[in-house]
Amino acid sequence: MSRRLGDVSLELQRGQITAICGPNGAGKSTLLETLAGLITPDAGRVLLCSEDLARLHPRARARRLGYLPQTPEIAWDVPVRSLIELGRMPHGDRDPVPVDAAIAALDLGAFAERRALSLSGGETARVLLARVLAGTPEWILADEPLAALDLAHQFALLRHLRHAADAGAGVVLVLHDLALAMNHADRVVVLGGGSVAADGAPADALAAEVIARVWNVAVEWIGEPGRRALVTR
Amino acid sequence: MTRAIALFALLLALALPLSLLAGRVWLDPASTPNATLILAELRLPRSLLAIIVGAGLGAAGAAMQGYLRNPLADPGLFGIAPGAALGAVVALWFGYAASPLLLPLFALLGAGGAMALLAAIAGRTGGIALFTLAGLMVASLAGALTALAISLAPNAFAMSEIVMWLNGALTDRGWREVWLAAPLVALGVALLWRAGPALDALTLGEPVARSLGIDTARLLSLLVLGVGLTVGASVAVAGIIGFVGLIVPHLVRPFTDRRPSRLILPSALAGALLVLVADSLVRVLPLVTELRLGIALSLLGAPFFLWLLLRLRRGLL
Repeated sequence: MSRRLGDVSLELQRGQITAICGPNGAGKSTLLETLAGLITPDAGRVLLCSEDLARLHPRARARRLGYLPQTPEIAWDVPVRSLIELGRMPHGDRDPVPVDAAIAALDLGAFAERRALSLSGGETARVLLARVLAGTPEWILADEPLAALDLAHQFALLRHLRHAADAGAGVVLVLHDLALAMNHADRVVVLGGGSVAADGAPADALAAEVIARVWNVAVEWIGEPGRRALVTR
Repeated sequence: MTRAIALFALLLALALPLSLLAGRVWLDPASTPNATLILAELRLPRSLLAIIVGAGLGAAGAAMQGYLRNPLADPGLFGIAPGAALGAVVALWFGYAASPLLLPLFALLGAGGAMALLAAIAGRTGGIALFTLAGLMVASLAGALTALAISLAPNAFAMSEIVMWLNGALTDRGWREVWLAAPLVALGVALLWRAGPALDALTLGEPVARSLGIDTARLLSLLVLGVGLTVGASVAVAGIIGFVGLIVPHLVRPFTDRRPSRLILPSALAGALLVLVADSLVRVLPLVTELRLGIALSLLGAPFFLWLLLRLRRGLL
């Protein structure tokens, strides 16, 4: 087992979008998998509302945490709706109400009867997010959910995640694109050298000095707040 | 009950009476002398055994393809069939085959040994890649030991007996084999069926399945036990019958919505149908000695596999 992460101490809030940023190999995915309960930390604990994640039954944990991995994988050409229904598995039901709500939230009504492998990349990303939403988790933990998407789909997916956060879910995203984190997150956690290098509002945590220190590149932000772009200096 | 289950159950119900009548001598219940005796003591147990063996191999193949998320997976990959074969070969080598129960028992011991070895190597982590590698190694070890046993056979008769047995067949089997295999295969199919929902979750990959609350180590134990019981029992009573586990899920998949859980019971029925029909055909074929069932199914299976590869190449799967 690689030991990417050293000391990390974080307290995350529901109802907002938290972005985890950092250079390659900083341990972003490891942190997210630890938060999702897929990796048990060698030392320390993950507490979910004061409950130790490692002591939670896997199904109880799964009802509260929705996890979206970096590389989407769909092994069989199953009906789209049955994929979204997998989100209900931790609840042990196929309750159509949250499934239909997730399908409606992501405008997938026209796709529900289609086959999973007939979808485009953007449609697949929406279906996989709908699978998470169908489980009505308290937390949505997504690893680079925007990486494979074109601009229109990126913004659409961000809008859905914002809806989820407004509805009270905690949204934690690993983001490579610092401009997306700057413009769309409520809070940014920067990982560097296996620990938290910066943490706070996007404008502070992704300030040019921090980027210079952690990524080792000289950059500056241009544009006004909410529409920032990153350029090299 | 799904469409696929209904379809293959119906076909099986049609094939069973035909297979009872088919053989070197076509049976006419009204005129053939001793028809009742032939049916009750020879043909019925043989047909039932074909159904049991086929059901086990079909279900095991469907579960394996679901677990490995690979349409080319086969229960043989776990090394359980070669392990069972090795057990049986040891029994033949020492001449225990004269006693009717010792050979199947040795085969079951061999299957159990392969399962224990797999569990010891890969059981705790539950990782699929490590597990597949371990299965392949167990398979080649058992295969090598089987080859060693053949080359060191005490006499020519034992050697030919071993080689013959390795090409599975249902010739000269009776109720004893039916009663031995039926409960083991039934339990194995039930375990594989239980694994269905977890296999559905695996469609989205191992990390997502785990995030959905699936205990991958428990899933692995279910699969090893299920495949061990079905394949181990099949080899114990019929020898090696290849390709059924590979072919059957492909025949069944177009009749399902392709969810792995929906494939297991129809594959059991279709496997039963395939082995029943193949065994009836080898009985009917006008050859000097009856064609071994294992050879017949490989003759069918290998071209099918090639056709499958062609289809895969065209991305139609």
